[in-house]
Formats: sequence, C-alpha cells, structure tokens
Amino acid sequence: MEPSVLLRIGYAAISLFVITNYGLLLIGSMARISAKVQGRVGQPVWQPYIDIIKSSAKRNSVGHGLMFYLGPVFRLAGGIGTYMFIPAVFGSVVFRNFSDSGDLLLVMYFIFFGQLGMALGAGEGGHPYSAIGVSRGLAQMTAFEVPFALSVIAVAIQYGTLDITSIVAAQQGGFAHWTLATNPLAVIAAIIAFLGMSGHNPFSVVIAPQEIPIGPPTEYQSNLLGMLQTNRAVFNGAKLVLYMNLFFGGATNIPVMVIKTFLIYFINIFVGQAFPRFRTDQSIRFFLGVPTLIGIASVLIAIL
Amino acid sequence: MSDKKNTLAPLANEGLPPEERGFFCDAAPREYAPAQGVLEDFYNWARSQSLWVLGFGTGCGAIELRPLMTSRFDMYRYGIQPRPTPRQSSVFVIGGYASVKTLKRIVRSYEQMMGPKFVVALGSCTINGGMYWDSYNTIKRIDQYIPVDVYIAGCMPRPEALLSGFLELKRIIREGAAEGQNEYARNFDWYKANQKNVIKDWNMPDYNW
Repeated sequence: MEPSVLLRIGYAAISLFVITNYGLLLIGSMARISAKVQGRVGQPVWQPYIDIIKSSAKRNSVGHGLMFYLGPVFRLAGGIGTYMFIPAVFGSVVFRNFSDSGDLLLVMYFIFFGQLGMALGAGEGGHPYSAIGVSRGLAQMTAFEVPFALSVIAVAIQYGTLDITSIVAAQQGGFAHWTLATNPLAVIAAIIAFLGMSGHNPFSVVIAPQEIPIGPPTEYQSNLLGMLQTNRAVFNGAKLVLYMNLFFGGATNIPVMVIKTFLIYFINIFVGQAFPRFRTDQSIRFFLGVPTLIGIASVLIAIL
Repeated sequence: MSDKKNTLAPLANEGLPPEERGFFCDAAPREYAPAQGVLEDFYNWARSQSLWVLGFGTGCGAIELRPLMTSRFDMYRYGIQPRPTPRQSSVFVIGGYASVKTLKRIVRSYEQMMGPKFVVALGSCTINGGMYWDSYNTIKRIDQYIPVDVYIAGCMPRPEALLSGFLELKRIIREGAAEGQNEYARNFDWYKANQKNVIKDWNMPDYNW
C-alpha cells in the first residue's frame, strides 16, 4: 500500500537524520584514518559533533546583508535536495526518500545549486579571500563537471533511463550487473570527478587552509558555520549514495549501504594521502585531459 | 539586537577620515550573558573540546606552535586545530613579543573574533617584555591591551609547555571562568585608552567588529 504524504515526509526526516549522523561519523573517522597514515593519534571520531555544537553556541555573530545569510541556506538546501531525490536503500519504504518524484538531472542540478548559492553568499561577505576561494571553486567545479556529466550520460544511455531507482533495479543480481562491471570506463571517469567534488588532496586548493584562510566560508562564523558543517555531512552522504546507486549496484539494506559508501569515500583518503595538491590551473588541465577522454570513451561504449 | 546595545554611546571613530566613517560600525562591544545552568556547562565543555587556534605568529614564539601539528606532539587529539581566519577561531595565540605595529593587528584580529574567545600569550615577552623590556617599539604587557586567559612562561616555552597551557585553558573554560570577551566589553574604555596610548597612527575604527 502506498503510504500517505505525511508518513512519507516522516520517513524522509528519519532518513535525513540517519544520513546526517552517518556523514558526521564518516568525516570524523576519515580524519582519524588520515591521522594514522601520518603517524598521529588524531582527533576523536565524534569531533565533528563537538565542532558543530561549539559553532552554534557562539554568543554573537556578524552579518553582511541578506545574501550572506542566504548562502548557507542555499548550501544546506542543495545538500538536502540532493539527498531527497536519491533512494538511499533500494526497495526500502523508509529510505527511498522522494526518489520517484525526481530523476538524475534534478539531482545533478541540486549538486551544483548549493555551490552557486554559496558563491553568491560568500561574495556578499566582501572578504577578498572569499572571492579567491569562490573563483577557484567554480573554476574547478566547471572542470570536474565534464567527466562527471559524460559518465552520467553513459549510464543514462546504457540503462535507457534517467530514473535512479530504475538504474539501481537494472544492476541487481550480483557483481556482473553493476556498472562497475558493465562499463568500467564510466566509473573511472566519475570517480576521478568525485575526487574533485570532495575537495580532498590533490584537489584541495579551494579550501586551502593556511594560505587562503579556509576558502569561500572565510567570513562565516557561529551558527552560519554550524549550518555549513552540517551540510558537509549531508552533502557527502548524498553524493556517496548517488555514486553507490549509479555505479556500484545500490544497496538493499543499511549495512551494505554503509560498507559501500565507506569504501567509495575511502578512495578520497587513499588518493589524498598519496598525492600532493594541484594548483587550480593544473587541476583544470587534468580534468579536461585524460578523465574527459575516458568519459567520451565510456559514452561511445554505451552507444555501441 | 537588544536594547542594551542601543543604550551604549556610539563610538567617535576619530581615527577615520569623515567620509569613511559611514562605512564602519560605531557600536561599542557589549556584554553577553551566559546560558542558564547545565546548558552553559555543556556549551563550555564543547568549547573546551574544540579549540580552533588563530596563531599570531609574528614573535619568535610562533616557531614552537608549528611542532604541535606534527605527529610528535599532535594537538588534534585534544580537539585543537589551526583555523586561519579570526571569524571562526576561538583561541588567539600571541606568539611572543608584540611590537607596536603588530599590536594594531592583534587588536583588529582580536575584535573580529566571535565570542566566547580566549587568548593564550606564550613566551616571557608577553608577560613583562622579556628580553625586549627596554625596547622602544615593543609593548611589555599584552594584558593591558587585550584580556589574556593563560600565560605560558619561558623563552621559548617548549611545545610540551604549550600543550600544558592549552590543557590549563581547557580547565578554565570548563569552569566557566574564561569570560575575556565580557571583560573586554566591561573595561572597553580602559583597554582602548591603553591601545591608543601606544598606537600613534590610529587609522581604523574604534571597534573592529
């Protein structure tokens, strides 16, 4: 029986709560793993929670106009919107979100919507470092969007649909049906784009702690920063679930979802700890080179 | 925000040219009441477990701040991490002696930080001038210009001493005794008079919010 709209909203709230906590723990555990690689003890796994509490408990804050406040709102709306139109667990009533109301194109739009909103808000802050961070971020985003869009086109051609639930359904029945097995080039292009999307090394120049203080959110503080930190968890979770659905066969229960998304996110750490940082011009050249060619090849394979 | 803010007299901002005064805020800082009871204790615990450090590395003491990030000392395990923008950081570390020129930047950065904010002054130069006690262009006591929560004595203090200072700061925060922001607002006129006494070319707003 189809649940009522109110019940579905309740389910979506549960789903959002789970992915937020999962995202926060994921960020914390990855920071811990990075610390182990560097021979440190590292911060506690629950450190992201404490940081959010502390940011929200600040006693005063400074605003720079309406758009400045709307920046984190757009960012959070982008994160939640991305997640709301992806089925987190295939076949689950609680975790399917509103995936039947939107398709892949809407999700792709939401992924970039938040970043554009944040760019407008950060620009209103008036800090020169914000502007530098925004220009770097948008330049890099334009570049990694190319291989990502190509691999999404390849997936859409291969399965003949833009509906994410149908794409997951087509991959059920074992490893041989995953996109990873049927069109590995699309997965490679998308994973390289994912490295750029996540902002870890070698594509961490947007945030660039130390030389450009913290990138676009330089002026954001207090509860606005708390919102951005929460969004980071939601957005990371949403992107991981999207990748799992498109390329790694989706998940039919929560443990499989956790294992698959953890491993996908682990690619970031694996690459990030091994390679130094690219400059913006280098990363743009990189994305428009080999990954784009791989993306084109994946589209050709899907057509043939 | 509240009516208390409106009762304070606007600042003159006399250091700025008249045509620029409209660009800057003329409100003096005000005191903020802590939250009630257990909630404030919880907040203080979170504040003490998440210290974001703005390192003001113009004195020689800053060289001892860097090793804290390395695997040998690893300050991350105490929830301490560097945060290079004053807007987001909660701990201001004065790394050694402060010349009059640097003091100007220290005041600006300190006032831009969001409360509650804490100050760690490291090295003997911040306490009594240290080896620069008779210098013509360094200040002797940093706590006459901004409120200081923890001093770490030594010339230079070792990274272990710094870690111990940070742990002391955590204890003070958990006790709810680190109210430097309110102290600054309460004694704003005194601090401002001291600052203007040494900074002769005052060409910034009286309060850099």
